[in-house]
Amino acid sequence: MKRLIPFAVFMGLIGLFGFGIWWNTWHDARYVPSPLIDKPAPNFALPKLDAPDETVTKASLLGKPYLLNIFGSWCIACAEEHPVLMADARSLGIPLVGYDYKDDPNDAKRWLADHGNPYDLVIADEPGRTAIDFGVYGAPESFLIDAKGIIRYKHIGPLTPDVIKKELLPRIAAAKREAP
Amino acid sequence: MTPELGQLALVLAFLLAVAQGTLPLWGAWRGNRALMAVARPAAAGQAVFVTMAFAILAWAFMHFDFSVQYVADNSNLTLPWYYRFAAVWGAHEGSLLLWVLILDVWTVALLFFGTRLPEVFFARVLGVMGLVSVGFLAFLVFTSNPFGRLLPEPPNGADLNPVLQDPGMALHPPVLYMGYVGFSVAFAFSIAALLSGEVEQKWVRWARPWTNAAWGFLTLGIVAGSHWAYHVLGWGGWWFWDPVENASFMPWLAGAALIHAQAITEKRGGLRAWTLLLSIFAFALSLLGTFLVRSGVLTSVHAFASDPRRGVYILIYLVIVVGGSLLLYALRAPKMTASKPFNIVSRETALLIGNLMLISAAAMVMLGTLFPLIGDALHLGRISVGPPYFGLLFPLLMIPVVALMPLGPFLGWGDADRDQITSILIRIGIAAAACALLTAFLTQGTFKAILGVASLTWIGIGVLLYAYKRYRTAPRGRRYPAEMAGMLLAHFGVAVFVAGVLLSESLSVTHDVRLAPGQTKEIAGYSFQFNGVHRVTGPNYRADQGVVTVSRDGSTIAVMHPQKRTYSNEQVQTESAINGGVFRDLYVALGEPMDPKNIEGAWALRLYYKPFVSWIWIGGLFMMCGGFVCAADKRFRIKRIASEVTPAGLVVEPQESAA
Repeated sequence: MKRLIPFAVFMGLIGLFGFGIWWNTWHDARYVPSPLIDKPAPNFALPKLDAPDETVTKASLLGKPYLLNIFGSWCIACAEEHPVLMADARSLGIPLVGYDYKDDPNDAKRWLADHGNPYDLVIADEPGRTAIDFGVYGAPESFLIDAKGIIRYKHIGPLTPDVIKKELLPRIAAAKREAP
Repeated sequence: MTPELGQLALVLAFLLAVAQGTLPLWGAWRGNRALMAVARPAAAGQAVFVTMAFAILAWAFMHFDFSVQYVADNSNLTLPWYYRFAAVWGAHEGSLLLWVLILDVWTVALLFFGTRLPEVFFARVLGVMGLVSVGFLAFLVFTSNPFGRLLPEPPNGADLNPVLQDPGMALHPPVLYMGYVGFSVAFAFSIAALLSGEVEQKWVRWARPWTNAAWGFLTLGIVAGSHWAYHVLGWGGWWFWDPVENASFMPWLAGAALIHAQAITEKRGGLRAWTLLLSIFAFALSLLGTFLVRSGVLTSVHAFASDPRRGVYILIYLVIVVGGSLLLYALRAPKMTASKPFNIVSRETALLIGNLMLISAAAMVMLGTLFPLIGDALHLGRISVGPPYFGLLFPLLMIPVVALMPLGPFLGWGDADRDQITSILIRIGIAAAACALLTAFLTQGTFKAILGVASLTWIGIGVLLYAYKRYRTAPRGRRYPAEMAGMLLAHFGVAVFVAGVLLSESLSVTHDVRLAPGQTKEIAGYSFQFNGVHRVTGPNYRADQGVVTVSRDGSTIAVMHPQKRTYSNEQVQTESAINGGVFRDLYVALGEPMDPKNIEGAWALRLYYKPFVSWIWIGGLFMMCGGFVCAADKRFRIKRIASEVTPAGLVVEPQESAA
């Protein structure tokens, strides 16, 4: 019987691999929990897109939860996400802050003029330095930041109506309950 | 038309592999010599057709035949010819083709060197090789055809993964595969031995040179991959415990264990079942490596294209090949092995401890690699264990190996001259302690550095003492048989490697600095002057190239050119500049420009001073040479039809010969 042990262990491994393949067909293998979840959002000070002289900081946004949406006019997946934001931004019930990432401000303005502007406020990070503090992989990405400036949720890739309904809205509701 | 010929060649190779994998095994079972005789021509024919398919794919790359999907996906008009050739194995389909081609290289080597093996045994070995080949050829033919057409033909192709556009990385896959696939020979020998039911000592002797050679190639492949990571990833690291790296490291550890277990089985007759099992493990871990890299079950910084359906295929293949072998092992492995008795202080004990540690290390690496998967399965979330886990456990497991290594050769088979061992222990102990003290004084008590020098002296002096003992006592011409020379080289390589790791980790100086053109930064007595960045254009990339002049005591030592390359598909790749030396590397990597619009301004730069880092790879190369030299030993050549019992006199002084 002892000689069957290697075989048994191996079949256990195979079970694990089978599970791995099954899991990956249902889950995004690129999903990596952000180490920033439930941590304070990094401090930032970025200019407004349409008024570069005005600076928006983390402190100036404290007080109520908001959704930070990273986008860029150069980003194809953002164009895919855009109609969803146009349709659902109002139903979120919290401000939607656009974060224009590594983008020429004029391109971004033209893009928003062409496609519509779902954002309550757009900040511009042309060098992309602040995005590193946020741990941005690429655009689009969305961060839910609560009234105290804590990141409560992060979504990598385009938001879909499904994601908004199932993942985002419950968390928004929770963040609002905690808000003073 | 030609690509279709390539596909046809693959189909024919597949059919021949089926013949090679079934008829000889059937013949060996029924005692039918005609069926057994099929093995040789079928294997040769398969090799010819696979080579043909490979050549046709290479030809398509050379002639920019973008009507072939695979060519269009992995090359373009500006890619230089050598990288177009490397692009043949640059993605999934082609790398599978390379896998089969290399399996055929080993098979042809067997046809060439194995002619004197007993007929039935040889038929079984070739049959098993054929079965291994069937799986991969079926994979190619049915799911991963490299010759698929793309209509309409695009005017230009995409690009080869920029990661592979580096001389070291282009050669890395073939060498690594030579190692991986090379373990298939030892595997085929053990399966043949299990099938025949009589697991005799002699098959181990025939298998030994193949294991050693495969292990040598695997070592070289890992060294090349590690050196590539060092100079391309730009972090100055050389090993990241990444799943893809671990995938190549597990068979290496199993192979090292196998080499030593084979020595015991061949010389003393013991551990037969264990040696059989290790041969299966080494090859199974190679297959597992292929599975992990190709299935996308684990994510990795190396991020190769992967596809779950292919994962399912490889998984089924693993179940058949490895599961089948382990089942065969459970049914047929020798119940009792007649081993010569051995004392507690003996070479057997030392080798057993080493084996145990190496296999535990392989299991530890596997557990760490699969941890995210286990986390998912148990709903613990996707946890990865990184360098803290491996970096703690691996050295701990290797302590007994390092401690026993210099003694191994002095210990006799079965029993040891304890007085001699004590005197050796005292000598290398004093030498190690003295050198450690000196290091403690020179480095102000840096623990890792002291440990590094102590290990270097401990193993190194042990190896030299043994070499000197042989020089004094053995007659001229028989002092260093290849087997022993290989062992000494490999062990010396371990000493150099360990010293390189510990010294470079503890004594490196790293600085992330912002430098404007003209500014200078002093590190470890070297002054790095940044002379700005300018644009340069390569054949298929544009690059920001920095100029850094390094001087010491006023005299210029090197002018270094670190690059940040952007390839035609907008992928960015750093190329660090390295000024290498035996005792130190100077390493400069470009970070980001302070102002993205003005690349001629100030930049973030990473400057390193890394002492003894090259010893890591030099040590690896010593180990590789050890494997190859050992494999070349005349004693392993099959001298006569080996059904005869080897005369006792041929086993040269078992007391003295190497492990």
